[in-house]
Amino acid sequence: MVSAMTMTPQAYLQAQSRWHPLEIAFWLATLLPFVLFPDYLSLASQIAITALFALSLDIILGYVGIVSLGHAAFFGIGAYTAGLISKFGWGEPLTGLVLATAAAGLVGFAVSFIVSRFRHFTLIMITLGLGLLAFEAANRAHWLTGGSDGLQGVSIWPVLGIFKFDLYGYTAYAYALAALFIIFLGARRLINSPFGLALRGIRENWVRMPAIGADSRAHIRKAFTIAAAIAGLAGALLAQTTENVSLESISFQRSADVLVMLVLGGAGRLYGGLVGAAIFMIARDQFSGIAPQYWYFWIGVLLVTVVMVLPNGILGGLSHIYARWRRK
Amino acid sequence: MSESTTPANDTTANRPIALATRGLSKAFGSLPVARDIEINLPVGARYALIGPNGAGKTTLINLMTGMLAPNAGQILLGSDDITTLGPQERVRRGLARTFQINTLFAGLNALEAVTLVVAERQGLAGRFWRRVASHKETIDEAYEILRRLRLGDSCYQVTRELPYGRQRLLEIALALATKPKVLLLDEPAAGVPQEESGEVFEAVASLSDDLTLLFIEHDMHVVFRFASHIIVLVGGAIFTEGSPAEIAADPGVREVYLGKRKHG
Repeated sequence: MVSAMTMTPQAYLQAQSRWHPLEIAFWLATLLPFVLFPDYLSLASQIAITALFALSLDIILGYVGIVSLGHAAFFGIGAYTAGLISKFGWGEPLTGLVLATAAAGLVGFAVSFIVSRFRHFTLIMITLGLGLLAFEAANRAHWLTGGSDGLQGVSIWPVLGIFKFDLYGYTAYAYALAALFIIFLGARRLINSPFGLALRGIRENWVRMPAIGADSRAHIRKAFTIAAAIAGLAGALLAQTTENVSLESISFQRSADVLVMLVLGGAGRLYGGLVGAAIFMIARDQFSGIAPQYWYFWIGVLLVTVVMVLPNGILGGLSHIYARWRRK
Repeated sequence: MSESTTPANDTTANRPIALATRGLSKAFGSLPVARDIEINLPVGARYALIGPNGAGKTTLINLMTGMLAPNAGQILLGSDDITTLGPQERVRRGLARTFQINTLFAGLNALEAVTLVVAERQGLAGRFWRRVASHKETIDEAYEILRRLRLGDSCYQVTRELPYGRQRLLEIALALATKPKVLLLDEPAAGVPQEESGEVFEAVASLSDDLTLLFIEHDMHVVFRFASHIIVLVGGAIFTEGSPAEIAADPGVREVYLGKRKHG
């Protein structure tokens, strides 16, 4: 605290956005599955993909304050786009990723014109409605998506023409982790940018924004489009690494799950979605081993406990403890 | 203390008009809250807007800044008709306001909040590829505004933890960071103990002479000390206006306002 007082304003803000040793440790730890849990690499790649999806929701929920109950729509659009591109003969993964991201971003941009006009309860209902709409559209278009049978016949070529997707999931995890890390770097940069500051401004006081000359709607449109594109990228990763797209990828369940993960981990701190996704997916893996039909019971217990005891999520609680420990 | 404001008394009357309203009217249902209001604020003016509770003072500021749409009338900023412009567009053209009830960014610290305003003005707030920390001029300008309002030493403290009086100053700092030509202050010292309200108004008084000011204030000592011209609003209409001496001597004003209220 004392040292902050003597800093120049620029040095202070630089210190705010500097990499913390714990962050570096976190990313090094993401490499551990390769050596410690080689049997769980498929799970690890699903965690990385889900973490990316949660990160995309964090940008709009944690930073702008937009609660979406239909975020899986963009995940699904990305997944189906990537799956269909491959099914129709082009299995090159990176171009598939780019096109799927663009498709989800484009739809997100269109939707953002609706989203940026509403707030609170109305907005939650609109996102819920749009999510259900996307699900039923995918369900109905059986000829294209395979409907409830899932999209079959997806076959992905080796990454960069070298790394084949193997049964153990080495390539899948490396591929998903690399995508997560690159997007995380971008998101971190975005949050520390003037635009990120404006997003926090919208979250902190919606009424003041026009009074400082800010066009909140334009900011929201941009943030929503970016979040939709990242969600689409996550969906594309899932389609490519599993070589299959199920209706589940665009379902309400997925929208709800990602919200639960973000709340568990702690919204508005970038790592919250990552940690929440890891906890959620590992819990699901373990609990469903015990009681396959009732594993969600334990997720419910976990969610209620965390929300009651740690209102800012697990990371919020940890950073509170860390701050107190440092002050001593 | 009032040295810097007194010269304005005589000179602003001949200056061009910075902000004007023409026949501005607004009703909430059948209740008129602004009736045919004609105001001319010369460049560099220090005008006070007074009147009993419910006279429509804040409503008038809401109309001028575009937070409410009038039923009739015009608002002119310089020579431009801004009646149909949105609030943020008016701010960009140089018309800023503060709020009677703190309307701050509770979770940002003062430096971040003012930096955001400066970044918005400079058109940087849509950019997401460079860090805030690398925009040195933006940060320096924000810090300079905070320093001028004596907030320099608490600028790293999160807004919700700032003492109330400092939050009132931050209200003004946010508005100033838009570089306004005209600044409308809605009870800048509202809720501040009288002994501390001097700090807020000294900060206001130290603003540049080119800045046009209209402020709402209930404390008559403050009004008479800082205003070059006073507009009395009663029941949504201008009751009278004039120099502080004229208003103080006006028996009608005494009756509707001064006599009935206890100051502070």
